[in-house]
Amino acid sequence: MPFHIPEDLYYTKDHEWAQVDENIVTVGITEFAQDQLGEIVYVDLPEEGQKVTQNQSFGVVESVKAVSDLFAPVSGTVIEVNSALLEDPSSLNDDPNNDGWLVRIEMDSEKELANLMRSPEYKKLINDK
Amino acid sequence: MTNTVNKTPLFNEHVALNARMVEFAGWQMPIQYVGLKEEHKACREHIGLFDVSHMGEIRFKGPKAVESLQWLATNDVSKIESGQAQYSLLPNKQGGLVDDIFIYCLEKNADYLVCVNAANKDKDFAWMTANNKGADITDESNYWGQIAVQGPKALALCDALFSELKPSQWARNEIKKTTFQGFSALVATTGYTGESGCEIFIEAAGTTQLWQALMQHPLKPVPVGLGARDTLRTEMKYSLYGHEIDDTTNPYEAALGWAIKPQTKDFINKAQIVAVKDQGLKRKLIGFKMIDRGIPRQGYEIKNSAGSRIGITTSGTHSPTLDEPIGIAYVETAHSAEGSEIFVDIRGKLVKAVVVKTPFIQK
Repeated sequence: MPFHIPEDLYYTKDHEWAQVDENIVTVGITEFAQDQLGEIVYVDLPEEGQKVTQNQSFGVVESVKAVSDLFAPVSGTVIEVNSALLEDPSSLNDDPNNDGWLVRIEMDSEKELANLMRSPEYKKLINDK
Repeated sequence: MTNTVNKTPLFNEHVALNARMVEFAGWQMPIQYVGLKEEHKACREHIGLFDVSHMGEIRFKGPKAVESLQWLATNDVSKIESGQAQYSLLPNKQGGLVDDIFIYCLEKNADYLVCVNAANKDKDFAWMTANNKGADITDESNYWGQIAVQGPKALALCDALFSELKPSQWARNEIKKTTFQGFSALVATTGYTGESGCEIFIEAAGTTQLWQALMQHPLKPVPVGLGARDTLRTEMKYSLYGHEIDDTTNPYEAALGWAIKPQTKDFINKAQIVAVKDQGLKRKLIGFKMIDRGIPRQGYEIKNSAGSRIGITTSGTHSPTLDEPIGIAYVETAHSAEGSEIFVDIRGKLVKAVVVKTPFIQK
């Protein structure tokens, strides 16, 4: 299936993407993740000001069938939440790379970016599945 | 028992339909084809086709068939005539259940087919054999494929394929022997979705022909995977072994008393099972909806407003028909009345919910 995997994003092995703008990181799930989950019907996100830790759960998305944890791509403080998703997660299904973004994190250390994948490596990960 | 994963006769059909396959109860099964919600909707509004060939079939024959089934199962099998089917339960000796089953009477007092859960088939067969009262018991699970045809237009499709039988004219829970393209088949007006329709048992070698004939019919049924099979039965609050019932659950607590006939017959462990009811049920299986945000899931604890545990969720999902979360739970009897406010512990947060009338949807 042709998933759009933008080259300017970072990726986690848990299928989140991270867009880095200086020390602000916007986080979402990849099109591959959305496809695997099926239609997402519920989202649980942290509050603004909450601390998150790289590779630790910061929320969940749920399809009809299953609950999936969301893992933070970097450590830091949540500065903005896409609260529209709480009422209506449809943009997470329709456009997970853009309108379906989840949170913005002020990152503690850009060194953690070294633990993330770039698009060629992420493409290989999902193609091997 | 082996560790190999079984494939139903329809495995290649599922692959050709690009289904997402998962292992379930030792079988490679389609969890979904195009999408759970679309499949669910197709079954509620049109026709869903389900490969249920993984289900087990155990045959009871001979003059002792009824006596054996009466001892093994809680419902009164002497009440069904040739061509009728009955839901029943297999009690164990510890107060719980070995399985829930459907008994099909092919010839009264002589020949019965028992349909059992795939995950329990070997356990059930061993249990039935060990507690047999002289019936000729055979595991026919490899002999039969099975396709469920469910939905408001399902009986019209079954009439088209089995025009000599006209299942649309039958009552629910009836069964007739027939053949399809030369293969032995049994057509039954049973199902697990809340819709009308049939479950068709067919010789394994003929299952693909039957599936293709159904799929190619102008009524255009939609294949439905295990994902929607689960949401369909949850909306009806039908019990699923491993969720609402298991080897520890009392069937009266599970609201299955209608399938237990202690006044008319004896069965395994009757005294202990009935005693739980006679002493007053301490907990009951109820349906609930969420007042605050959250989706209940199996294993989530039910609490009161003070945060004390009063029950456990057995099934939960986002209902595709209602487009809202629904759950099934055991709760202490004091909290089981419709309208009772309860709290679901969702990842450590107490989320408000309310006990509601079931089934969740009116059929």
